[in-house]
Amino acid sequence: MNDTILEVRNLRVEARSDAGPGPVLVADASFSLRRGDVLGLIGESGAGKSTIGLAMLGYTRPGCAITGGQVVFKGRDILTLSADERRALRGPGIAYIAQSAAASFNPAMTLMEQVCEIPIRHGVMSPTAARAAAIALFRELELPDPETFGNRYPHQVSGGQLQRAMAAMAMAARPDILIFDEPTTALDVTTQVEVLAAFRKLIREHGTAAIYITHDLAVVAQIADDIMVLRHGNTIEHGPAAQILENPQQDYTKLLVAERVHGHTFLAQDSEADIPLLSLKDVVASYTTLLRVIDGVSLEVRKGDTLAVVGESGSGKSTLARVITGLLPREQGEVRFRGDLLPPALAQRSRDQLRRIQMIYQMPDVALNPHQTLRDIIGRPIGFYFNRSRRDIDARVRELLRMMDLPEDFIFRKPAELSGGQKQRVGIARALAAEPDLIICDEVTSALDQLVGEEILRLLKRLQDELGIAYLFITHDLGLVKRLANKVTVMLKGQMVANGETETVFAPPFHPYTELLLSSVPEMRRDWLDDVLSRRG
Amino acid sequence: MAADERGERVFKLIAQRLGLGLLTLVGASMIIFAGTEILPGDLASALLQNNATEENLATMRKELGLDRPAVVRYGEWFGSALKGELGRSLATERPVIDDLAPRLRNTLFLAIYAAAIAVPLAIALGLMAAIWQGSTFDRMVNLVTLMTISIPEYLVGYLLVKYLSVRLGWLPTLSNVTPDTTLGDRLFLTILPVATLVLVVVAHMMRMTRASVLAIMASPYIEMAFLKGIPKWQVVVRHAFPNALAPVINVVALNLAYLIIGVVVVEAVFVYPGLGQLMVDAVSKHDVPVVQACGLLFASTFILLNLIADICGILANPRLRHPR
Amino acid sequence: MPRLFGHRLSIPAAIGLAIIALNLGAALFAPWIAPYDQADIVGDAWDDPSLAHPLGLDNLGRDLLTRLLFGARMSIGLSLLITSTSFTIGIVTGFTAAVCKGWVDMALSRAVDLMLSMPTLIFAFIVLSVLGTDLPVLIITLACLDSTRVFRLSRALAMGIAALEYVEVAKLRGEGLGWIIAREILPAARAPLIAEFGLRFSFAFLFVAALSFLGLGVQPPDADWGSMVRDYRDMINLDLAAPLWPAGAIALLTVGVNFVVDWLLSIQSRTHGENA
Repeated sequence: MNDTILEVRNLRVEARSDAGPGPVLVADASFSLRRGDVLGLIGESGAGKSTIGLAMLGYTRPGCAITGGQVVFKGRDILTLSADERRALRGPGIAYIAQSAAASFNPAMTLMEQVCEIPIRHGVMSPTAARAAAIALFRELELPDPETFGNRYPHQVSGGQLQRAMAAMAMAARPDILIFDEPTTALDVTTQVEVLAAFRKLIREHGTAAIYITHDLAVVAQIADDIMVLRHGNTIEHGPAAQILENPQQDYTKLLVAERVHGHTFLAQDSEADIPLLSLKDVVASYTTLLRVIDGVSLEVRKGDTLAVVGESGSGKSTLARVITGLLPREQGEVRFRGDLLPPALAQRSRDQLRRIQMIYQMPDVALNPHQTLRDIIGRPIGFYFNRSRRDIDARVRELLRMMDLPEDFIFRKPAELSGGQKQRVGIARALAAEPDLIICDEVTSALDQLVGEEILRLLKRLQDELGIAYLFITHDLGLVKRLANKVTVMLKGQMVANGETETVFAPPFHPYTELLLSSVPEMRRDWLDDVLSRRG
Repeated sequence: MAADERGERVFKLIAQRLGLGLLTLVGASMIIFAGTEILPGDLASALLQNNATEENLATMRKELGLDRPAVVRYGEWFGSALKGELGRSLATERPVIDDLAPRLRNTLFLAIYAAAIAVPLAIALGLMAAIWQGSTFDRMVNLVTLMTISIPEYLVGYLLVKYLSVRLGWLPTLSNVTPDTTLGDRLFLTILPVATLVLVVVAHMMRMTRASVLAIMASPYIEMAFLKGIPKWQVVVRHAFPNALAPVINVVALNLAYLIIGVVVVEAVFVYPGLGQLMVDAVSKHDVPVVQACGLLFASTFILLNLIADICGILANPRLRHPR
Repeated sequence: MPRLFGHRLSIPAAIGLAIIALNLGAALFAPWIAPYDQADIVGDAWDDPSLAHPLGLDNLGRDLLTRLLFGARMSIGLSLLITSTSFTIGIVTGFTAAVCKGWVDMALSRAVDLMLSMPTLIFAFIVLSVLGTDLPVLIITLACLDSTRVFRLSRALAMGIAALEYVEVAKLRGEGLGWIIAREILPAARAPLIAEFGLRFSFAFLFVAALSFLGLGVQPPDADWGSMVRDYRDMINLDLAAPLWPAGAIALLTVGVNFVVDWLLSIQSRTHGENA
């Protein structure tokens, strides 16, 4: 029996503004969905996956328009329906789950009111029936106190709970199709596992079809029957999940799959120096008198090392960088650099001390001053620390640009004219311009696409080999740690739970938190989620 | 948090605001006092005028008690002000309160009359412009109000007088009300000044309301409501409006404070016997006690309005009413 | 359509710029383009408009058009002076408060809050009632009062910018306060500050005119547009247009400035928009 409930043919979405038509966001997308199937839409940013997801509801964000194709839902083309007919489908027919639950819930209404909104407003259920159905869904999704959960306001529940509440809201009228738009991207790795499991259970039990949009292949591997790979609006490859993951045909797909599966392990060289470059001993710091953000952290970085500091949100790993650089003065403990004690506050340090520790940031958009040219951005540290002549500075800036694999004539450009990856390279060049001994990298690839991020990491590795710089890598990505760092410190709520060589920390016997972290990182095999869940019981 | 704990927390916040408001009032009164008493040309020389020799000044100062420390004088002044004794006018030599009371009534009448029309009108227009953003209605309203806020009250007033009063004779030029004027007559005589006030204040209020509502409509949860298939009017009423309450109340309070300034000018244009006229006259005559009294009154109203806006903002904020 | 700051001008903005140019021209070149001298009595009081006197004559028999042109000098000059002063005070204090934080910020903010808690008009009245209405007094009083709003805005701007990582980069390098303000914060705050200058100017302009209209601003023999409205106000009862000319001139310039400011503010929000 033909169970196809959704068929998309040659969908085309273009950008539209006052000035006229713009670039094509989605070109010629075609796929079909049967009852109970899950289709994974994979791609990097700008691939058009969210746009396709929203188009299934007959909706486009301001500035875009659907200019071609058909979206046939249960025999009717949504794109040819009237506005009212389309509106009637949204919710009971096809429902949407957004990336950020915090932004999708109205802060002034209770969760119950919003979860019941679809069935009540569409006349599908009476208020009492809707309430009962909502409580049942809360129970299914394993939310705490299902009877009273709905009485809370959005700001009173945690991120993971809110995400599940969003799933309940979408499921309330038992739609035929659910659109998941990057629902776990903003969550911590450990929360992600629970939420993902909850979603999967929900759609399996109700036999709902789904389109799951994400950039993370490992995540989609757990839930999708078919996978479609997108790039700049074009469909690169489309096939059964098993085939895409184990036997990709296109080069782009192979790239995406390869980085996660193989992940080369290259370790930094062992250092020969006696005194560690940076050493922290029982460092304590806090923002207010009540809450200790850093509670007794000790670590050592030697020349040529790559030390990774891992933790989830609230672990204090980013604060550690601020304590080391002196932006947040420490309360107790010692921070030594090349054997000398570093004063707690930034203002007390010498220029040379400031020069030798540099930092690279997560978001290149705000790390570079948009009003300055690259020559100013990269050249200023050179002038400031070394007092060179204008000509020397220019020459050095060009040399650094060459090292970053950027064209020399970028020297006169401003950051707005560069891509995200290029901007990040400028950030690295700026750090190198000071000729530091240690560079602190604060989540430097988190805001970049996967492939672009890989290139940046390769660049950093090459620079380390050539110049012997040590890195302090702050990250939440354990895969990155395994591939890049020879030492690792694991942090939880401001405290250090593990510290040492990567091989030792990531091998049994584990600290319970380390084990939890390691097991929460999705792997590229389809049975990974089942394994984790059965292990956790 | 249990319901009574919540109530307690909100109560504490409101009490804090009230305390802050009182402190501000005291601070403002100090500024008023300092402004008039610490500057050159004090009461004594103003009273003596040409007879201001050194001896006469010293004697006069002693008589008036001006040789006592400023702090003491301030305390006395503020204390009596609270009791309603605002001193004597230098120009008329009558107690200030005698002239003040009827004029205060007149000004309040004007302000409330104008506010009663302006506030609902501005909010309605602002809401409509925001809902139909980008439409011809919105663009027209935007342009017109942009021009209206640039036009001084006296221009509006005189234009109205020229066309509705002088040319067409429908309405009186001057708004001479006395304590004996009946309510009906009052409402008629003050149509022009009220219309002037309304025109100016509506423009400001409408623009700010529109901006606030637009900001809310751009929120992601509004998009989510549309994606749930809820019709537009329901989205506006059930989702946008509760969140827009606090900023809109804030806008209204801010503009009511703006009304105070407008009242002074409008009273001058239409020769309306209100508080504004009194104060302007007192300033030009250097009638310090009257200036102080009027200043205190205006300042208190201003502070009170801002206080109400603050408190409404607290009550309308769901995060404050239902904390974690 | 010509471009300014890299964005195309809208029609109202272009009109606004033209109005501003016209007014500035009148103010600067009044002595040369006015047909008569300010104080010249050229006929009987309230003569009707004629070819020689396009706007007619005023209450003392002086040419209205001439008075209007010279009034531009006083009105616009005064307002520009007040706004420039208030702006300098406001920006310096605002940026310092934002970058220094701590007790400097607290003290300045509390003082400004207190001043803002009083309606500006009343405050001006208080000061003027004692100090009199000389021009220097007027300028300094209004500049100080207005600087409070500029303080608020520049502090908010500077804090927003200072929160961005590239300012932290400069701090980490060891750059001094002056460098950070001048090279990192100021360039980013340029556009909103220019818009604010426009707003403050129109506010000062309307305020001075209102004071003069009430008889508390510019005093004779000096004349600005506001005092001209005051002088001619009784004529409205006789259906003469006399007070409408200076009042209209005030409105025209304010409209022009507001058009340009509105356009400036709309460009800013555009640049943050496009993230689909």
